[in-house]
Amino acid sequence: MGLKLQQSYHHSVTVKVNEQMGTKRGYTFIQANRAWLPKFLLLWVMVMAFLSTWIYKKMDADNKVRRKEVLSSMCDQRARMLQDQFSVSVNHVHALAILVSTFHYYKDPSAIDQETFAEYTARTAFERPLLSGVAYAERVVHSERENFERQHGWTIKTMKREPSPIRDEYAPVIFSQETVSYIESLDMMSGEEDRENILRARATGKAVLTSPFRLLGSHHLGVVLTFPVYKSKLPPSPTEQERIEATAGYLGGAFDVESLVENLLGQLAGNQAILVNVYDITNSSDHLIMYGHQNQDGDLALLHESKLDFGDPFRKHQMICRYHQKAPTSWTALTTAFLFFVICLLVGYILYGAAIHIVKVEDDFHEMEELKVRAEAADVAKSQFLATVSHEIRTPMNGILGMLALLLDTDLSSTQRDYAQTAQVCGKALITLINEVLDRAKIEAGKLELETVPFDLRSILDDVLSLFSEKSRNKGVELAVFVSDKVPEMVMGDPGRFRQIITNLVGNSVKFTERGHIFVKVHLAENPKPMEDPKAETCLNGGSDEDALVSGARQFKTLSGYEAADERNSWDSFKHLVADEELRYDASVKMKAADEASQSVTLMVSVEDTGIGIPLIAQDRVFMPFMQADSSTSRNYGGTGIGLSITKCLVELMGGHISFISRPQVGSTFSFTTVFGRCKRASFSDTKKPNAEDLPSGFRGLKAVVVDGKPVRAAVTRYHLKRLGMLVEFANSVKIAASACGKNGSSCGSKTQPDIVLVEKDSWLSGEDGGLSLRTLDRQQNGHVFKSPKMILLATNITNAELEKARAAGFADTTIMKPLRASMVAACLQQVLGTGKKRQPGRGMLNGSSVLGSLLCGKKILVVDDNMVNRRVAAGALKKFGAAVECAESGKAALKLLQLPHSFDACFMDIQMPEMDGFEATRRIRMMESQAHEQMNGGTEEGSIRTGEWHIPILAMTADVIHATYDECLKCGMDGYVSKPFEEENLYLAVAKFFKTKPISDS
Amino acid sequence: MDFVNQLQRKFIDYSSSLHREGIVDDQFTQLRKLEDENSPHFVMEVASLFFEDCEKLINNMAIALEQKQGVDFKQIDECIHQLKGSSSSIGAMRVKNACIAFRSFSDAQNREGCLRCLQQLSHEYSLLKNKLQTLFLLEQQIVAAGGSIPRVH
Repeated sequence: MGLKLQQSYHHSVTVKVNEQMGTKRGYTFIQANRAWLPKFLLLWVMVMAFLSTWIYKKMDADNKVRRKEVLSSMCDQRARMLQDQFSVSVNHVHALAILVSTFHYYKDPSAIDQETFAEYTARTAFERPLLSGVAYAERVVHSERENFERQHGWTIKTMKREPSPIRDEYAPVIFSQETVSYIESLDMMSGEEDRENILRARATGKAVLTSPFRLLGSHHLGVVLTFPVYKSKLPPSPTEQERIEATAGYLGGAFDVESLVENLLGQLAGNQAILVNVYDITNSSDHLIMYGHQNQDGDLALLHESKLDFGDPFRKHQMICRYHQKAPTSWTALTTAFLFFVICLLVGYILYGAAIHIVKVEDDFHEMEELKVRAEAADVAKSQFLATVSHEIRTPMNGILGMLALLLDTDLSSTQRDYAQTAQVCGKALITLINEVLDRAKIEAGKLELETVPFDLRSILDDVLSLFSEKSRNKGVELAVFVSDKVPEMVMGDPGRFRQIITNLVGNSVKFTERGHIFVKVHLAENPKPMEDPKAETCLNGGSDEDALVSGARQFKTLSGYEAADERNSWDSFKHLVADEELRYDASVKMKAADEASQSVTLMVSVEDTGIGIPLIAQDRVFMPFMQADSSTSRNYGGTGIGLSITKCLVELMGGHISFISRPQVGSTFSFTTVFGRCKRASFSDTKKPNAEDLPSGFRGLKAVVVDGKPVRAAVTRYHLKRLGMLVEFANSVKIAASACGKNGSSCGSKTQPDIVLVEKDSWLSGEDGGLSLRTLDRQQNGHVFKSPKMILLATNITNAELEKARAAGFADTTIMKPLRASMVAACLQQVLGTGKKRQPGRGMLNGSSVLGSLLCGKKILVVDDNMVNRRVAAGALKKFGAAVECAESGKAALKLLQLPHSFDACFMDIQMPEMDGFEATRRIRMMESQAHEQMNGGTEEGSIRTGEWHIPILAMTADVIHATYDECLKCGMDGYVSKPFEEENLYLAVAKFFKTKPISDS
Repeated sequence: MDFVNQLQRKFIDYSSSLHREGIVDDQFTQLRKLEDENSPHFVMEVASLFFEDCEKLINNMAIALEQKQGVDFKQIDECIHQLKGSSSSIGAMRVKNACIAFRSFSDAQNREGCLRCLQQLSHEYSLLKNKLQTLFLLEQQIVAAGGSIPRVH
C-alpha cells in the first residue's frame, strides 16, 4: 500500500509541476520571436548595406555634379578670356587698318613707309599679344603690276617665293612687322586660305579669319586675320561691289593660336587639372582642331563645350574642356558609407546579442523556476515519504517487538534471554527514533496538529522525572522540578507534546550530565517583580541570607552547589520568585480573579543542567536536525541529534520560543516559553478527574521542617510538600532546626511542633555535630509529652554504609530517594506516619492485586469486544477485582447500553471490531455526552456543575502498544489504553487515574 | 489422601508440561489465577467457549479456502484476527503462533500457504483441545476425590 501511495503521490507532484510550468511561463516579445532573431539580424544587415550604398551613391553623385560645375565654370572662364583677348587684338588690328588708310592713302605723299610701319607695329606689339605679326598687302590689279613692281623695285612673288604668275589682281605685302618681314613682297592671294580670306574681308568690310592651318615660319597651328583697308570713305551702307571697288589693300595678322592659348592657360589656376581643346566648327561635319591634341587621353566621360566668338560671323569656334584625369574615387563618400555600415552592423549585433542574452536569461530563469518547483515538490515528497515510510516501518517493528516480548515470556536460557532482551531494547530504541523522524516529518509536512485538552502540568513533570529517576540516581545527579504556585493547576494544551518537549530536554540533560544537578523550573513568563517585602521570606532563621553566604562561600547557590550556565536559577533570583509566591499566597482573591480573567497563560520553562555544556562553535547549530555538537558526541553519548530540532518545532507550534545558555564544562540551561489556555471553572471540575494524578489529602495541615543548606533545593522540597497541603518551614542546619524545635516545644506548645523533619543528606553529613544535635532533637522531644517528629532523610544516592549510619543517627523512619515526586513523597509519608499500608521506601508505585481490587471494587464496567473469548477473559479478570462487569459484543450494542443516563463507571473498548470499530464507537459516545452537556447547560446553573459526571472513562484494549495507536486513542476521545491480554500492573496504571483508592484503613 | 496427593502432583506435572511444550503461556496461568469460589470453573468455561469459537472459525476458513472461484481472503483475515485474539486471551501460545504465520500468508493471498497453515492450525488446535481436556479431567478427578486443585503461585 505504501508503494502505491508513493506512486500516486509522485504522479500528483508531476501534474502539479506541469501545471505550474504552464501557468508561470510568461512569454515576452523577444521570447516569442526567438526563432526569428537571426533572420532579424540578417534583414537588418541587408537594410543597412542598402542604406550605405545609397548614401555612397548620393554623395558620389553630388561630387560629380560639383565636378561638372567646376569644369563648366573653368571652361567658360577660359573661353571668355580667350575671346576677350582675341577681340582686343582684333580691335587693334582694326585700328592699324584705319591708321594705314589714314596715313598711307589719305596723305599724299604717303606718311608711312616700311620703316615707319615696322617701327610702329613693333612698338605697339604689346597691344596685340595674340598676333605673331601684322603686315599690310596692297591691292594691285594686273594692269598696275608693272607700275607697282617698278615703283617698289621688286617683283611680286608667290608664297613659294617664285615670281608670281599673271593674275587678275595681286596682294603683295608692302609693309610688315619685323617679326614677319619674310613675307614682304609675297602675294597674299597666292595662298589659298589667304586669298579666300581677302576676298571675304573686302566683301564684308569686317575682320575675317581663316580656318586653322600651319603658319609659315612657325609651323604652329594658327589662323590669319584679315582686314580690308579702303582708300576712300564708304557710303553708310555700301554694297559689296562698292566695297571691292573701294578696297585699297588688306591688313593681316597671324594668330598663333597654339602659343596664344598656351600663354593664356598658363596664367590661369587649375591649368594642370583640365585639358582644353579649341575647334573650328565652321564645317559642322569636320571639326578642325585649333589647339590641343586630337587624341588625348583624359576623362572622356565628362566634357564641357563653350562657344567662342572671335568676331567673324562666318567662322564658328568652340572650346571643349575635360579633366586630365578621371574623377578620383570619392574617399569621403566611401568612408562615410562604410563607417555608417559598420556602426549599424555593430548596433545590430549588439541588439541581437542583447536579445540572445535576454532569451538565454529568460530560459535560465524558467529552468530555475522549474527546478525550484521540482525541488520544493521533492522536499514535500521527502517529508511525505518519511512520514509514510516511518509509519510503514512501525507496523513490522511492532511485530518484531511483540514477538520479542512473546519470546521473552518463553522458557529461555540465560544467554538466549540476554540476546532477546538486547534485541528488544534495540527495537525499542529504533521505534523511538522512527517516532522522532515521523514527528519531524509530520511537522515539516505541516501535518502535526496540537490538541487542546486540559491537563495537569505538575503531574506530567513528575512523570517525566520518574522516567529519568533511575538514570539520574545511578549517575548521582540530582534531578528536581519546581513549579511556581502562580502556574494554574490545570491548563489547556497538548499534554503529549508538552511531555515530549520536557522529556527531550531532560533526556538530553541526563545524557550529558555526570555530576551536579538537573533542574526543571516552571513559572509564569512575566516581568519578575522586585521583591516587595523582605519579611515574606519565612526561613526559620532570620539571617539565612548571610548564613548561606558564609557557609556556601565556596559553592554556587544553585540546586546542587555546582555552577550553572544561567545565573537566573541561582538563589539570588530564585528567592524573589519564591518570596513573590509567598506574598501571593497570602494575597487577596482579587488578584486570582484578575489572573483568571485572561484567556491564556504564558509559561517559562527552563531546564538547567551542570553537564558538559555545548561547545561555543556548535551553539548555533544546536537546533538543526541531525547535528550534534561534534561527531564524537554521538560516539560517546549516542543519539541522532534530531530531538532538539523537534523540540524547537514543537515549542514554536505551541506559540513559544526556545533558547539556551550554555558554557562548556559548566552546563547548559534551555528555556522555552509556551502558551497554554486557562481552564474555565466549569470545565475544571469536569476534567480534573481523569487527568490529574490523585494526591492523597491525608497530609493537609501537617507541619514539616526542611533542613537544607541550599535554599533552592529547600524550595523544591517545599514545593512538593506544599502540593500535599503541608505547611513547610526551612532550617539552614540541623542545629538550628533542633534549637528552634526545642524553643518552640517549650514555650509555644504543640501548635508549632513539627510533625515531620526532612533532612537533606548533605546537610546532615556536613554538620559535624549532625548526629549529636539530632539526638538532642530526639531527646528534647522525648522529654516532652508531644509526639516526636518523624525524621526523614532526603538523598539522591546513598550507600549502604551511609544508610546504616543514618539509621544509627536516628533516621529510623525512612529515606526518601530523589528525585522527589509528590505522589512518591506521599507514599513514603503514609508509610512513616502509619496511615498507609507498608510499602517499599523510595518506591512510589502501588502494586498488588489488593490495591487493584480496592480500586475496582464495586465499580460497574462495560467491556466491549466482538471476540467472545476475549470478552469472557476480560470480564473474568475485572470481576476478579470486584468489579461488576457487563459485556457488549459490538460498538452498536455498547452505544445502546451507554445511552444517558447510565450507571457505568468505565468502559473497556476493543479497537478492531467489525462494523463499528472502537474509535468510531468512542467518538459517538463522546458526541452523545457533549449533546447531553449542552442540554444540561441550557438548564440551571447547578446543571452545568454536574456536567462533570457525563464523561465515562473509555480505555482502549489493544494488542498494539505503539505510540501512534495511543495518539489515535487520545484523539478520538479515549482516556487511555490497556494492552491485551490484561496485565495487572498495566491495568492498574490505566485504571488508577480514574478511580480513587478506597480508604486504606480497610486493608 | 495419597490418591488425592498423587492426582494433585500429576496435575502439577501435567500443567507444567503444557507450559514447557509451549502449548500455553503465562496468560493461561493468569486465567487460572482468576478462578475462585465465585467462579470455580472459569477456565473451563472460557476454554469451551474458545473451542466452540475455534471450531467454527476453522470450519469457516476451510470452506472459504475451498472456494474454487477466488478465495475471500478478507473473510479469512477476519477469522484469523478473531482466532488470534481469542487464543492470546486464553494463552494458547502455539495456536496463536500458528495464527501469526497464517496471517502472513493470507496477507500475501497465498492459497497454498493458507491451506498448509490451516492444516497446522487444526493440528495445533486438536493438540490443545486434547491436552486441556486431559487437564480438566484431572481437575474433575481431584475435585471428585475431595481434594482441592493446586493453585499456581
